[in-house]
Amino acid sequence: MSEILIKNASVCDPVQGINCETMDICIRDGKIVESVSGNAKVIDAEGRLTMAGGFDGHTHSAGKINVGRFINPNDARRNLVPGLSGQVARTEKTRAQVGYNTPNTYAIGYRYAKLGYTTICEAAIPLLAARHTHEEFKEIPILDKMGLSLFGSNWQVMEYIRDKEPEKLAAYVAWGLRASRGYGVKIVNPGGGEAWGWGRNVSGLYDPVPNFDVTPAEILLGLAEANERLQLPHSVHVHCNNLGKPGNYATTIETMKLFEKVKPSRDRQALHVTHVQFNAYAGTSWRDFETGAPMVADYINGADHLTFDLGQVIFGPAVTMTADGPVEYANARMLHEKWSNQDIELEDASGVVPLFYSPKSFVNAVQWAIGLELALLVKDPWKVMFTTDSPNGGSFVNYPEAFTYLMSAKRREEVISDFSKMALDRMVLPGIDRELDFYELAIMTRSTQSKMYSRPEKGNLKVGSDADIAIYDILPGQIDPSTEYVKVKTAFSGAAYTLKDGEIVVKDGEIEATPKGKIYWVNAKVPANIDSAMQKDIDIKFRKYYTVSKANYMVEDVYLQNPVEIATEGVF
Amino acid sequence: MLVIKDAVCSLCGSLCDDITVTVEDNKITKIENACILGRSKFVGMLEHDRIETPMIRKDGKLAPVSYEEAIEAAAKILVNSRRTLSYGWCSTSCEAVSAAIQLAEETGSVIDSTANVCHGPTALAAQEKGSPSATLGEIKNRADLIIFWGCNPVHAHPRHMVRYSSFSKGLFTEKGRKGRTMIVVDVRKTDTAKLADKYVEIDQGSDLILVTALRSIINGHGDVIPEVIAGVPKAEVLELAETLKNAKFVCIFFGMGVTQSRSKYKNADAMSSLISDLNQHTKAVMIGMRGHYNVTGFGQVATWETGFPMAIDFARGYPYYNPGETGANDLLVREEPDAAIIAAADPGAHFPQKAVRHLARIPVIQIDPYPNPTTELADVVIPSAIVGIEAEGTAYRMDAISLRMKKLIDTKFKTDEEIVKDLATKVRELKRGA
Repeated sequence: MSEILIKNASVCDPVQGINCETMDICIRDGKIVESVSGNAKVIDAEGRLTMAGGFDGHTHSAGKINVGRFINPNDARRNLVPGLSGQVARTEKTRAQVGYNTPNTYAIGYRYAKLGYTTICEAAIPLLAARHTHEEFKEIPILDKMGLSLFGSNWQVMEYIRDKEPEKLAAYVAWGLRASRGYGVKIVNPGGGEAWGWGRNVSGLYDPVPNFDVTPAEILLGLAEANERLQLPHSVHVHCNNLGKPGNYATTIETMKLFEKVKPSRDRQALHVTHVQFNAYAGTSWRDFETGAPMVADYINGADHLTFDLGQVIFGPAVTMTADGPVEYANARMLHEKWSNQDIELEDASGVVPLFYSPKSFVNAVQWAIGLELALLVKDPWKVMFTTDSPNGGSFVNYPEAFTYLMSAKRREEVISDFSKMALDRMVLPGIDRELDFYELAIMTRSTQSKMYSRPEKGNLKVGSDADIAIYDILPGQIDPSTEYVKVKTAFSGAAYTLKDGEIVVKDGEIEATPKGKIYWVNAKVPANIDSAMQKDIDIKFRKYYTVSKANYMVEDVYLQNPVEIATEGVF
Repeated sequence: MLVIKDAVCSLCGSLCDDITVTVEDNKITKIENACILGRSKFVGMLEHDRIETPMIRKDGKLAPVSYEEAIEAAAKILVNSRRTLSYGWCSTSCEAVSAAIQLAEETGSVIDSTANVCHGPTALAAQEKGSPSATLGEIKNRADLIIFWGCNPVHAHPRHMVRYSSFSKGLFTEKGRKGRTMIVVDVRKTDTAKLADKYVEIDQGSDLILVTALRSIINGHGDVIPEVIAGVPKAEVLELAETLKNAKFVCIFFGMGVTQSRSKYKNADAMSSLISDLNQHTKAVMIGMRGHYNVTGFGQVATWETGFPMAIDFARGYPYYNPGETGANDLLVREEPDAAIIAAADPGAHFPQKAVRHLARIPVIQIDPYPNPTTELADVVIPSAIVGIEAEGTAYRMDAISLRMKKLIDTKFKTDEEIVKDLATKVRELKRGA
């Protein structure tokens, strides 16, 4: 039995409505408890800001990121955020580290932990390549991990939707999650991955997918119905059609509206729209490109069925990686950049392209502003998850920098002062004076995630929750984040303490211990008769079309480190 | 009698996963679906000599010892070395590769794979221009134009054309071979070329010129092409470009004829640009014909664990990568390593003479199931189980899809992974003692 008492913590825990109140936290055997014995190890927080461990609900940290590493060896030497990037020699406690946007697996674990983050969700697992994702998960120390499996251009999914077989569709989704050990349903540019199999794309929600006679709208609603039928812990997680195109805000709002009629089967959103920054563009071309954030935020303010994340841009080098194959090809052609592509048979597409966000480029400046506008114009922080869609908008090691943009209008003005007049004309950010406080920041980085992913033991400090805790070197009453943003950034860049399951993993910004995290995956129960009918259909797929046998497709138990199976009961 | 289905063949980069193996009394008695190469691997362990016991070279001769003694001797070599080369690791599991990388990190070694003399330039090309690719099933289901460029799957990847490419049938390729155009570009009429609809014979070392010419034509600059290019008449090159543009789905499979001939990485670099340009007109991808069954896996594991796919130097404590400086042959030709650990590869047979000569001068540790010319240079020889037959583990197919290889029969030999982990433990012990 191991016990810890954190004394004099200034606790910021929005799930419990606690806003920087000084209190003690008791920990026993990795969980938060009511009280501990006199033998407990004592950590004196000395009034410092204390939150639940951070939870990055959308990051590309295992799988596709390896293509990013592979084609960008130059990234390994980049040290743009000292202490959280670049080459670091091995020590007795830590493996060797490299990289900035595409760090090696060990660096990902250490650096998230230094930021006080303890859980990550990989944003895209191709079913066929899921084993690879789990192999990388195994080598990411400290963090708890989960991943979202790709279903949006899957032949079996599209056929069941076309043939109006919702029960078999749900059975297939359950099987796909089991095969890939995924946590939720990811839909990327629905139908676009299949169209990209022929070098084409879909242009919107009602543009039929070549050869499959379904529309992206039908794919979205079909998968949403299956998602709710299976009572999955997370809603469908959608990367909208037309990503990265001027004028796409209309598609985004249209997609959000489509889900007004979806009834969630659990106490959470019916829809999560991801990296909305890339999908909130107005204008008709890159010439008249401007922010579409006010329109999107306006819609979200009047809606209560969805959550979204930012995809905030960080100036400097980034690496885009997405299952949206046609977008990556377009990026590479437009930017004259190197282009990697990996289409996955029967399932989806993907691509990887490095790029550079420059404040001197009016497009990049407006993109930077759009992310912040979304966060600040949407009134309810419980609808917002903070992300950079790492490393698409920028590396996660820049989160502390981005927090200062959200917390300080002065800091934003400083950045904006470098922008061209044209850029300023195309954004609304300069007119926004809202500044987030620690409470709102905690919601966007922890609490929303707890609710969104139905993980009540994460993202909060309730009795019974996991003792994943971050203590930052900030005295909440004695700091004005609006002006003292340098201090804020420094504190969030290296936690005074990070605890993972009650173990001190970071102290004074340095790694103390490197335990292995857990893997969460969802096992949704489906009636045997429906499952076996569905299995007959996929047997044909394996016999005729896949190049891998069904038996070798399923991710074996041996790849899961400390697995946590989340069972749900499908309603049929 | 035990019948094991869906076994993964651990021979070439095709990684066929539909092998049926019958086992009786811990012996493989029947193999179904495997090609001649795969079959000879499955039965080879019965027909060929194995390294039967660990050995240490004493007075010029290899003498049998126990695993413990061999591992201790190997650990001493590593501890006393200031510049170790760790090489090979492509005919073994990802789990063994991972352990080898950790050992290299802890001993400050350079670790490199057989890509150094194979598809290494493909990685360099990807680092220049990216890697526009797809899984093999995309080719099976969609490709109506397949080009084999500088590769000979009939002999090197015998089931490739049936399972994944020319002869396979899929959703949009129901007619199989009849519905596909197959072109071979090579410097000699290989057995693969004999099966092609069109064979384009080019001058040796002229791949880059031909790829560049095709790009020019596809991008609308056919007028700059001379009458003969790469030994091929202009009219034929124009026709080839037209065929490429008019196909619905193009895949170029390329081999060592592209990566190890004149212009090296520039060939695949230009090919990547050609694929990008072609996508302005149609759909096109390229896939390297990787040889060893898990050479792709070495690249994958090394990339996620160190940031780099090969030629990784840990002398500084962190990974440093500079192929041309830190590749296995770069080091050996400079006579830099003072010890080497070689697993699941045979540099004794495949490296240039100068490199082999240096290997003969330094202490060499070999981990392998079979004796090979490298054994003649080795000072400590540690026999291992054959992965995919006597040991399970992960391997990556040429299209970067990973599969779990099965253990089919029991063995007295330790696995590569166990040997490396034992070695690392011993090295730590000796270092602590020192």
